[in-house]
Amino acid sequence: MRYTFCLFAVLAFIWLTNSGHYTPLILTFGLASILFVILIARRMKVVDQDSLPLQLWTTLPGYYIWLLRKIIASNLEVAACVWDGLFSGSFSQTKSASISPCSERIPTSLRSDLGKVLYANSITLTPGTVAIDIDSDSVLVHALTCNGLEELKQGEMEQRIFILTEKNTTSNLPAGQDKQC
Amino acid sequence: MAISIITEWLLALLIISGSFFGFTAALGLVRMPDIYMRMSTSGKGATLCCGLLLLGVAILFQDGRVTARAVAAILFLFLTVPVGAHMIARAAFRTHSPMWNGASMQSPKAEREKDD
Repeated sequence: MRYTFCLFAVLAFIWLTNSGHYTPLILTFGLASILFVILIARRMKVVDQDSLPLQLWTTLPGYYIWLLRKIIASNLEVAACVWDGLFSGSFSQTKSASISPCSERIPTSLRSDLGKVLYANSITLTPGTVAIDIDSDSVLVHALTCNGLEELKQGEMEQRIFILTEKNTTSNLPAGQDKQC
Repeated sequence: MAISIITEWLLALLIISGSFFGFTAALGLVRMPDIYMRMSTSGKGATLCCGLLLLGVAILFQDGRVTARAVAAILFLFLTVPVGAHMIARAAFRTHSPMWNGASMQSPKAEREKDD
């Protein structure tokens, strides 16, 4: 039931911020459509802690702030790679001076789906690396520079996500019964 | 005008840097040799570009509704853009689109067998 209420709150927030009309008729329409969406979502049985990770509300913003700093830092790096050799000549050899593409399977110890999604999303958001393929225990990563891949292999990002989802699994064990609601 | 000099300069900084990253993403799309690197440069450059521009818009209007919409748009971009980039790269990988390894184009299937 908690998840249904939270879905209602999220949908109502999105609807209110995007509508801009607050007459009773339009509000009634909004309420009706929100209830309809909740009905469909519950019939599809997608209202659970995978689609609404409530226990991450407190810790996820901190993680995203850390990620944002990384995104900006490595975006500058990628911008340097893109611009490098643009004015020095039209040889294709100069283009390859700063980029050293490589791809590798990086084993991961993250077990939950949520953790894997967060990890792959973060890898792709951090510029220079793209998560190409995900198996049950490894992520195939393609990197623009080998430095990026090395940095990823040190595993700071995985560690942070592991802490997030580790808390997740322990707090969800007793709450596992009311998953259906 | 309610906008002070400092806000104006901040706004200019946000919008110009946002446009710069957008342009870099487009340039990377043209200059990079294979599809995986194109996804690298374009996907995230576009995220940062749109994030900065929307932040600039939120500061420019200083209106609760516009800010809420800008924040919602940034959140959705952060959630969906990496998924899109990942799916394109994955589709390319599955169809054995050639990968540039620094000197020549190579099929990722050979790459994969070498790793295993």
